[in-house]
Parts: sequence; C-alpha cells; structure tokens
Amino acid sequence: MTKRPILAITSGHCPCHSVSHPNQLYKMTTAKPLFIIFLLSIILCAAIIAATGMGFLKITPLEVIEILWLKLLGQQSSSINPTFPFVVMEVRLPRILTSALVGGGLAVAGAVFQAILLNPLADPYTLGISSGAAFGASLAIILSIFGIMIPPWLSIPVFAFIGAMATLIGVFSLASTDNRLSSNTLILSGVIIAAILSAGIGFIKYLADEQVSIIIFWLMGSFVGRTWMDVSTTALVVIPGLVFTLYFARDLNIMALGERTANTLGVDSSRVKKTLLVCASLITAICVSVSGIIGFVGLIIPHLLRMILGPDNRILLPACFLGGATLLLGADTITRAWLPSEIPIGVLTSLIGGPFFCYIFRKKQLALTS
Amino acid sequence: MNSPEYLFSIRNLSFSYRSTRVLENINIELHRGKFYGLIGGNGSGKSTLLELLMATLQPDSGTLYYKGQALHLYSRQELASSLALVPQHFSMDFEYSVSDVVLMGRHPHIPRFSSPASHDFEAVDIAMATMDISHLKNRPVIALSGGELQRVVMARALAQETEVLILDEATSNLDIQHTISIMKVIRQRVLDKGLTVIAAIHDLNLAAAFCDNCLVLKEKNIYANAPVKDIFTPELLREVFSVDAQIEHSTKSGHPKIQFTYQ
Repeated sequence: MTKRPILAITSGHCPCHSVSHPNQLYKMTTAKPLFIIFLLSIILCAAIIAATGMGFLKITPLEVIEILWLKLLGQQSSSINPTFPFVVMEVRLPRILTSALVGGGLAVAGAVFQAILLNPLADPYTLGISSGAAFGASLAIILSIFGIMIPPWLSIPVFAFIGAMATLIGVFSLASTDNRLSSNTLILSGVIIAAILSAGIGFIKYLADEQVSIIIFWLMGSFVGRTWMDVSTTALVVIPGLVFTLYFARDLNIMALGERTANTLGVDSSRVKKTLLVCASLITAICVSVSGIIGFVGLIIPHLLRMILGPDNRILLPACFLGGATLLLGADTITRAWLPSEIPIGVLTSLIGGPFFCYIFRKKQLALTS
Repeated sequence: MNSPEYLFSIRNLSFSYRSTRVLENINIELHRGKFYGLIGGNGSGKSTLLELLMATLQPDSGTLYYKGQALHLYSRQELASSLALVPQHFSMDFEYSVSDVVLMGRHPHIPRFSSPASHDFEAVDIAMATMDISHLKNRPVIALSGGELQRVVMARALAQETEVLILDEATSNLDIQHTISIMKVIRQRVLDKGLTVIAAIHDLNLAAAFCDNCLVLKEKNIYANAPVKDIFTPELLREVFSVDAQIEHSTKSGHPKIQFTYQ
C-alpha cells in the first residue's frame, strides 16, 4: 500500500481526492449523498415546524409538535391556548404544505426538463407551460368578471391546468417530426406558443379593463388561503411524479450522452423523453394552477444542488424535491410572517432568485476558465 | 442463407428519409473478427447504414440478420451488450467526470437499481488505461479538449465490452498522433480478441492502412466489398470519388498507399 501516495502525487490530485472518487456516478451507496438527502429531510421537517409557529400569533416549535401529536391521537389539550390548534391545522399548515409541495414539484420538474432537453438552463416553464396556465387562469377570471357564474376558486385552477396541458399538446404536435423529438425544436416550439399565448393574455387584460388587477395578482403567484384540498391535489400529482421520475433517473443520466448514443446503450430515449416530459409537465401544471407563476425555483435549486452533489439524477432528483420544498416554504414564510405587508411570492422568488442565479452562474463561469 | 456463420447479413435492404431514398436494395455479408472500412462520398448513406446496423433506425424493406437472427427480434438490452457506437460528434452539458462517462458504457451490463460491481470498475480502469486517459479520470468532461473528449468516448465504447464496435468518423476530429494511436489500439483488439469493427472513414489512406476489407457506398448501393488491396485502384477512386490518384502497394504490410493528384 506504499504505492498509493506516489500514484496520487503523480496524478496531480490530493491523495484523498483521487482515491475516493468524489462524485462518481454509480456510487450511490457512498455515505455522502445519502447523508445529504437525510440532512435535507431533517431541514425540511424543521422548517415546516418552525414556519408553522411564525406569524401574528407566535407558537413555539414544541407547542406545534404537541398540537400535531395530539391531533394524530385525536385528543384535546388542556394546557395550550384553544385557538392555536385551529390556527395550526386550518390556517397555517395547509398553506405551508402547499408551498413546500409546489417548491419541491417545481424543482424536480426543472431538473427533469434540464436533463431531457440537455440544457442546464431549462426550467419548468421552458416549454411555455406557464403561459398556458396563465392564459387559462386569465380566461377564467375574465369569464367571472363578465358574470359567467363559475366559482373562481374552482374555475381558476381547473382552467389553468387545462391551459397548461393544452399548451403541452400544442408544443408536442408542433415539434414532432417522424418519431423523434429534438430538444431544440421543442424549446423553439415552446417559445412560439408562449409568444402567442402572451398576446392572448394581453388581450384578456385589455378586456378586463379596470379589474385587470385580479389577473395581474394571480399571475404573480400566491399561497394565501390555501386549504387541505390544495394540499391533497398537489400531493396526488407531485409525489407519484417524483417516484416516477426516480424510476427513470439512471436512464436520464445515460441520456446526457445524447439520444443516439443512449439508444445504443439500451435506453429507449425517445420513449423516456416523452413520458418524462409529460410527467414533468403535469407536475408543473398542477403547481402553477395551485399557486400561480413562481419563477426561479425550478432553475436555481437543480443548479445549486448539481454544483454540490454532481449531476447524478438518482441523487439530484430527491435532493431537488427536498431543497425546493424548503426554499419555497421559507420564501413564503418570509412574506407571510416577516414583511409588513405581503409581497406576491412569485415576485419575491424572482427578486431574490434572479440576482442569486447571476452570482452562481458567474462564479461557475470563472471557475471553469481558471 | 442467414446462417449464423456471418456476423451480419443484410438482405434487400432499402431505407428512405421521408421521400428521399438513401439506400436501395443492399445485400452484404460481414464476417466476425475483421476490421471493415465503410467509405463513400458525403451523403452516400454511410451513417444511415451504420444506424441500421445498430437498429437505431428501422429499414423500409429488407432484413438485417445478426448472427443468423433478424435484428429487430433482439431486445435493446441484448443489442447494447453486443454493439457499441463511437459517434463523430459528442458534447456534454453536465459536469460528469471522465470516469462517470466511461462507466456509462457499463450501463447495459448493470441491472436497474443495482450498483456496479468490481468487474465493472475494472473494465472502466482498463478502458481508460487503453485510451491513455487514466490521469483525467476525475476531471469533468466539459473541461476537456476535443481530442481528450474523443478518447473518453472511445474508452466508454471499449468499457461496453461488445463484440462489435461501430465507428462513425470517430477519429475525424483528432490530430494525427491520436488518430494513429487509437486506430492501432483498435486494430490490436481485432487481432487479439476477435473484435469486429465497422468504421465509416473519410481518410482513405487511414482506411487503407488499418482495414481488412472496405465497403464502398455509391449511389444508394454497395459499389464494392473486398479486401483493401483490391479496393484501392485508380479506376475505383475515379469512379466513386471523382479524383485522380496513384496507388503504391507496400510489399511488407500488403496495405496500399494512395497518392492523390492535386493539380
């Protein structure tokens, strides 16, 4: 074993570096990535409990845990302020869980879009899905302004979801020739359809006249007044979606070699591509329809975690879910509990996320050239 | 007719991209353990023929047999453990390390949800040593030069440990030193391990120096399929490539050398 240090020195790395293969693709069993996933799970749970206690009524983390525990057992507490369980269970927790699920969903969808389109700068909205959802929501709002009576709490998310899925179908049929879906054609088709939809949204805003603010406010995203209904519909799509994408995680890694090479390695890239695009789009559509358009979560989280954990999707995808959930829940708690008046969450994430992304992007560019 | 003694046998193969016919009624047999060169002008259908051999494209009519069984009857997995491709262009946007990418060549040998075994890592190490890239193994592929990247892709294909290696202009981006050393390594594998190589090659002298046989594509069809010494004649070069050349037959190696007439 005396040879090791010599080998390490001649290969120009520090000994620990060249022996332990820092981010080796298939070494998922090594402690580091699993430890990070575990750590992220702990942080997410802690964030959920801490955020539940924050707000106009201060509730300590211990009280939150006690309320949740007693609720689980179906008992009443004698020592806790009787309004607290209501605030926790009916007001704060639905909103917090919705924001966590949406954040996790957007980050996973972003990571999947980046892997499939072979473009690290893709995000869940690259294929124009957000524009489709926005168009659907605007349409629902203008219909209710014109007095067509569908309750808005139902019609807005449903219309947004239909708009997102219709956009996906439109982009697919515009992009597909033969049996292959080229990444560039997909992105371009997304841009074209998004441009048309934006014009449509502009027209609806014009029609809305003085009530345009309802549309604008929806477009900026919000978690105000989310219910357990929102939590369960989001969870029903996002959680199975995460499991489904994890099943294809190794194929996604291989597809980074390019479609043709991936095919010769036994991956049916065209099929994987289509199913995962539909899956990630479904996740995005449900997130947008529940919360409006929330930018940068789907771009920054995968990017940041890829820098720390490496590009292996089998670790990256679960890490993205946990990281995205923590981030968006944190951002929503800031607007809800800390700021004097609530800023729309989509505006906040873009205002913080944009410059932060510029920073990591620049740092990475400099690191590559040096 | 489709006896398993041939590695590939191709019967009445035709292929079109939409309405443009690219290959018309092709019939050839390929033997195992040989280095085949596939030559022909730009757009003569070399890459298409290679894709058909790898079953990443399906023929319009006709059948390809691999070891006596129709190619489309094999599963993707079976084909991936038998045929490896080295493409001409390779780029990667994600920061996988060199050893990660070479390890991807083991994908068809590793069942879903299991981790690679020690023999997988061994194959990777050998492939990297063969391609002289062991010192790069922890470097991200996006930081490599074109020549280094091409050697990584070649190592990935070697790590796949297939009996057939298909090269699509695999050395056309490399400098002469690396071109020759890679061709030598592959030639050696053909001699030592009975590897079969089918390589689309633009550089005719390279084809003449390293191949056993050459397939010549012209006008959607196989114009010739013969040992290199019979392929490279002034007549054929004029007929297929519209160039004038003199051929010098080296007595020692038996491989011809081509001297093009430039003026």
